[in-house]
Amino acid sequence: MTDAVIPSRDAPPSSAAPMSAARAYTHLYWTLAKQGMQIQFQYRVANYFSMIGLVIEPLVYLVVWSTIARQSGGSVGGYTPEGFAAYYIAWTLVRNMNIAFTPAGWEERIREGTMSALLVRPMHPVHYDIGSFAGWKIVVIVLWIPIAIVLSLIFHPSLQTSVEQAIVFFVAIWLAFVLRSLLLWSLGMITFWTTRATALFEVYFYSELLLSGRVLPLTLLPAWARTLGNFLPFRWGFGYPITALVGPITRAELYLGLLAQLAWIAGAALVVSLVWRRAVKHFTAVSG
Amino acid sequence: MSGGRSLDPVILVRDLRKVYVVPEREDGLKASLRSLVRRSTRQVVAVERVSFEIAPGEVVGFLGPNGAGKTTTLKMLSGLLHPTDGEVRVLGHKPFLRERDYLQRMTLVMGNRNQLQWDLPVLDSFELTRAIYRLAEVDFKAQRDELIDLLDLGAIVNKPVRNLSLGERMKAEIANSVLHRPAVLFLDEPTLGLDVTMQKRIRRFLADYNRRTGATVLLTSHYMADVQALCKRVVVIHHGRILFDGDLVSLGTRFASKRILTVTLDAPADLTSYGEVIETSESVVTLRVERRDTAAVTARLLAEQAVADLTVEDVAIEDVIEMVFASGDEPGGDAHQSSSIPR
Repeated sequence: MTDAVIPSRDAPPSSAAPMSAARAYTHLYWTLAKQGMQIQFQYRVANYFSMIGLVIEPLVYLVVWSTIARQSGGSVGGYTPEGFAAYYIAWTLVRNMNIAFTPAGWEERIREGTMSALLVRPMHPVHYDIGSFAGWKIVVIVLWIPIAIVLSLIFHPSLQTSVEQAIVFFVAIWLAFVLRSLLLWSLGMITFWTTRATALFEVYFYSELLLSGRVLPLTLLPAWARTLGNFLPFRWGFGYPITALVGPITRAELYLGLLAQLAWIAGAALVVSLVWRRAVKHFTAVSG
Repeated sequence: MSGGRSLDPVILVRDLRKVYVVPEREDGLKASLRSLVRRSTRQVVAVERVSFEIAPGEVVGFLGPNGAGKTTTLKMLSGLLHPTDGEVRVLGHKPFLRERDYLQRMTLVMGNRNQLQWDLPVLDSFELTRAIYRLAEVDFKAQRDELIDLLDLGAIVNKPVRNLSLGERMKAEIANSVLHRPAVLFLDEPTLGLDVTMQKRIRRFLADYNRRTGATVLLTSHYMADVQALCKRVVVIHHGRILFDGDLVSLGTRFASKRILTVTLDAPADLTSYGEVIETSESVVTLRVERRDTAAVTARLLAEQAVADLTVEDVAIEDVIEMVFASGDEPGGDAHQSSSIPR
């Protein structure tokens, strides 16, 4: 080892570098996203297989609904087989975009003790999760393009979308990702009390499955289910971004959807912030 | 250390207590069904009214057997656990509030955990640390390069962490943990599982870091060589209570009332009248004698026996620590009396 290079005790502390909070958070998110991308590009083959696996689910829905549409005189609920194809191809991107850190991951963090490592650093762990996953999403978008081309060649979607809709769609899928991340974070924090939050996640998951637009477009749901869905956040993380791209949607609905996403994000962020303080107090570092 | 007493303590712990509430259930189906309606718990006292102070720049060994309360105390000091009772302040902060200013000035290194990005080269973990601690680029680069040099990391910083050996990972982990130049280091078994050479390198680095930056260090380790190399002062904890707080040297004199004499004789002889014979091998006899009798026994041996060589040693520090723990297990044992040492 060489001698004489650690700064002496008289040197000014380097950690107190002046940096505005906005600049600091931008730098943090950019670093996390870059590293998320690096990791996901390393596992690009695994990622591709995972994405292809995720395509199976909407293909089942697409085949079923296309068949129903054909047997119902060419369309159902305003969707033709080509309309369903557009819906479910957009679905494949939205689904990949709204994958976030799940309560199962939280349980592992608590069990393995890795939560402790996050807690001793001057950073709210929610930034770590959202930033790292954001990097993954960029990789997902790149990898999704060839999948979308192949699916389009097979299923001939009818897509009459405007540039405005495409831009709103692009914003909406990122907001959907942030919203779902915060919702799952709110659930995940339950592990500080029970270390078994996955059961609750199952309830969340099946409610989301039915009321988000994942199994079928929301317009095909019975009226009572649509009304119930209006009071829950699920559709803003799934059905709304798809509809923003493939329609049918009015201009007012297009922008009100973005506002609704932002409102739910604000609410979920507030819940995360409030519960986090109590959750940390309860944290007993089960395994270190 | 005692010279540092006049300074405001960096770490102040007073009557610190941590009680875990643990669910309890008997085995069998009946007990499972009963627990559905009536959940029973029991309280486990992990840390019981612990008090100590650590002055700026001190390196203190925090010793105790598994389950003694060391890690629980370190977690309360680093803000990972909320104390049940008592007072704890580090750098003037209440750690459990986890204020940014506090987390920015301390670090916790756990030998069995790491904060490095598993799939990425070590340099990327350093970059993330820079972003988390908001380090200015110039300072960061200077500090990073210095640490790479000091810990001889040049050959490994471009390798993914998953491809590093345990020792290499720990060196990288320690570099990553001090990139922001913390004023307080909590080290929980930092040399766990490392070979002797790597242990020595890490000890040398930590001693150097403490000397140059004046950082305060609280270290737990099961390797007494770590403690002997780094700590003048030790705090011994057992069953959540402090058994001893003082100089490492005085620990030996207080708890090891005996010394070891190794006598090499010109011809075999019976030495049982001089002390407790603990080992005999050809003409070499190892005796255990009372510390106060050492001079007299040595003089007698030299006068009465054909002694070719004679060495006097203190009991190994590992054995002393074992004696401290053993005394702590005895109700009203010596250790309980020593807990009244005013430190």
